[in-house]
Amino acid sequence: MTTAYLNTDTLPYCKGCGHDLIARNTTKALERLGYDPLDVIMVTDIGCHGIIDKCLNTHTVHGLHGRSVALGAGIGFADLDAGKKIVVFIGDGGTTIGLQHIMEAARLNLDMTVVVHNNYLYGMTGGQSSGLTPTGFNTTTTGEGNPFSGYDICALAFAAGATHTSRIMGIGDISQKLERVFAIRGFSLVEVLEICPSYGVKLNPRRKLAEIVETAGKPLGEWDRQREPFATHQGKKTPDLLSRVHPIKKTFKAYLSHSLSLIISGSAGEGVQLAAGLISKAALSSGLHVTQKGSYPVTVGVGFSTAEINLSPEKINFHGINVPDAVIITSADGLAHNLKRIEAMQDGTLFIDSSLPVPVTAAEVIQHDFRSLGARNATIYAIFFFALKTGILSTEAIFKIIEEEGKSDKLPLARIKEALTQL
Amino acid sequence: MQDSSKGRRALVDASRLIIESMARAGADAFIGYPITPANLLYQYGSQRMPLMLAAPDEITTLQWMAGLAAAGKVPITATSFPGYALMIESVNMAYMMELPMVIILVQRLGPATGTATCGAQGDLSLLRGNISGGHPIPVLCTSSFADCWTLGAKAVETAIRLRTPVVLLTSKEEVMTTKSFDLNSLPEIEKVERKYYELQCGGKYKSYKATDLVPDFLPVTQNQHQVRLNASTHDKEGILQHSNEEAMANTRRLEDKIRMKLPDYLEYEYHQEKDAQTLVVAFGISAAAAKDAVAELEKAGEKVSLLIPKTLLPVPEVYLEIMDRYKKVVVAEENINNQFSDMYYGIRKPEHHCFVGALGRMITPQQIIQEVLA
Repeated sequence: MTTAYLNTDTLPYCKGCGHDLIARNTTKALERLGYDPLDVIMVTDIGCHGIIDKCLNTHTVHGLHGRSVALGAGIGFADLDAGKKIVVFIGDGGTTIGLQHIMEAARLNLDMTVVVHNNYLYGMTGGQSSGLTPTGFNTTTTGEGNPFSGYDICALAFAAGATHTSRIMGIGDISQKLERVFAIRGFSLVEVLEICPSYGVKLNPRRKLAEIVETAGKPLGEWDRQREPFATHQGKKTPDLLSRVHPIKKTFKAYLSHSLSLIISGSAGEGVQLAAGLISKAALSSGLHVTQKGSYPVTVGVGFSTAEINLSPEKINFHGINVPDAVIITSADGLAHNLKRIEAMQDGTLFIDSSLPVPVTAAEVIQHDFRSLGARNATIYAIFFFALKTGILSTEAIFKIIEEEGKSDKLPLARIKEALTQL
Repeated sequence: MQDSSKGRRALVDASRLIIESMARAGADAFIGYPITPANLLYQYGSQRMPLMLAAPDEITTLQWMAGLAAAGKVPITATSFPGYALMIESVNMAYMMELPMVIILVQRLGPATGTATCGAQGDLSLLRGNISGGHPIPVLCTSSFADCWTLGAKAVETAIRLRTPVVLLTSKEEVMTTKSFDLNSLPEIEKVERKYYELQCGGKYKSYKATDLVPDFLPVTQNQHQVRLNASTHDKEGILQHSNEEAMANTRRLEDKIRMKLPDYLEYEYHQEKDAQTLVVAFGISAAAAKDAVAELEKAGEKVSLLIPKTLLPVPEVYLEIMDRYKKVVVAEENINNQFSDMYYGIRKPEHHCFVGALGRMITPQQIIQEVLA
């Protein structure tokens, strides 16, 4: 006999398997709740329970081992209509593979129901013990009884934030219990206990499910809390990422006939990346082509901070810098990070803070007290110094960019101007 | 000197271009777990995509994406090797279930966690073999800012049209470098129109019954026709099978779909220099060095052609045909094992085939020039 949910009366399970009972009672419960089969999305895992798909008239999604809860969660994120129901079938093996997925779905309280088919072992692969096998239970790999206790998946999921978890026996008509679980809005998990007839029954002769459950120390029961189901909370969105990019018009003139590679390096928190951005934009406003990238330790707040910049009157393809044409060093961190490249320079110019030792280099060395306006302003001051000394860019171009970026109040521009006039 | 005063010039990074182009093409969800050097993509994804979800790990990322794709969304993510390694089983699942999605893979120096802030081109071989059975997935590779825009959209289009995961391959140096760029040079991107199975169609919908190699899509959110998605071997209906004829035909179709539709997403640049006997081949970040090298060589009177492959997988034959025309071929890629050439020749590379590699640094134009002149 077929039903609205099942296309066959013969389910593909061993005689006496609890999976058969769960499948029939699941469909009965959903039918009683009034769901149209095609409003139900049944996501199944790997394991004997998963071969139920072909018998179902619902949508069926059969994924990877242990991932069915995450896969079902993904469907749930798609903002489904209220009349839809996501049910995930998973075994005790998949439960431990995908434990994080269950925790996450419970934490977010996604509107879905997970049915854990816990028959205490891996039925499909030969009856090995699982993470949900209770102490003392015999499996093909724990012939003298499992020495460990199993996870309490109901307690874990509830602790993570599930609206409801329950542990029930897979015996008799469980459709009303399942109906209650399926009716819950938010994340619900029901662990159905059963004994695998092919391995569990044979390896644990004369033991009954009720006795096994009792000695396992994880009581049957229901755990509930009031909690709103997941709803997306998206921050403010931009309709166009390019609209956040501010074009820079050519306003100034640059004096550069060929490409120039520049390294600016100092210490974290001393404005290196800010200065690099300002000089790059000033170069752009002076008609040059520019590339810029930063380099710093993973702990971004300490150690060196280096910026690599290419300036060119022509379009730049390759932006790597092996031996730079010019280097600005404002601190010992910056010097240490670039020492080899400075030593490799055969020409070009090194601008270095006068407090630092001058490395051996064939580059022209210009020493200056960049830190005289304070450590935090050292690199900002240095780029003005660089512009003035090289004549590549006008200092006005940098001042203009600072003004356009709204940073005039944050930088000691008057002191910089005064220092520049004394050069 | 070029006139750089025209247009809408700005300092931008390629991450921004990639995410914006994908959004315009129709991607509507960004799912991810932050990882250097893909963090800018994550940031822009969260700002731009209508739906952004922070997954607790990369396996969850791919599973959530698959669920969203089953429900009719077009999800994207961005990661680097350590994250991609976790995703691989789920990429296989999405491939088998035929779910559209794009994974932006930002290469960094390996093996393992390697160096997060150092670029590399070391993941091509992995991508070539990451589907069990050796079946290919489309892999597009950016070699310029313009590519980040056009190939970002192309990746979304290919994922939708072919119902498949697509990898957009890039690298640290490409997505974390800011450049002056004329925004007016970006062509318009049209949203990809999705075709669905006609709900009013009589007869039974079969999730994997293909017309022109690709099955019509229906989301699991509609209730007119039953949808069966399956990561295990399955028949046209989506029902699990061992290895019967119909199921094997379905698995063969998956391979045929990607290979035979290649002309629809085959992208490359070929700058053919008349009478040149040497060809430089470079993709991804190394293409910039190759462009400079070839320009320099031309200035010096050398005749050199340049091939920039952009569609890397499935392995296009056209690159082999082009390489065969030259007496000397110089392939530049930022690894030490010449993964591009391996795809064509295995361990027996032709004598006229030269390799320029690098580890832990970018290949320079000088290296390529040196090899061309050697």
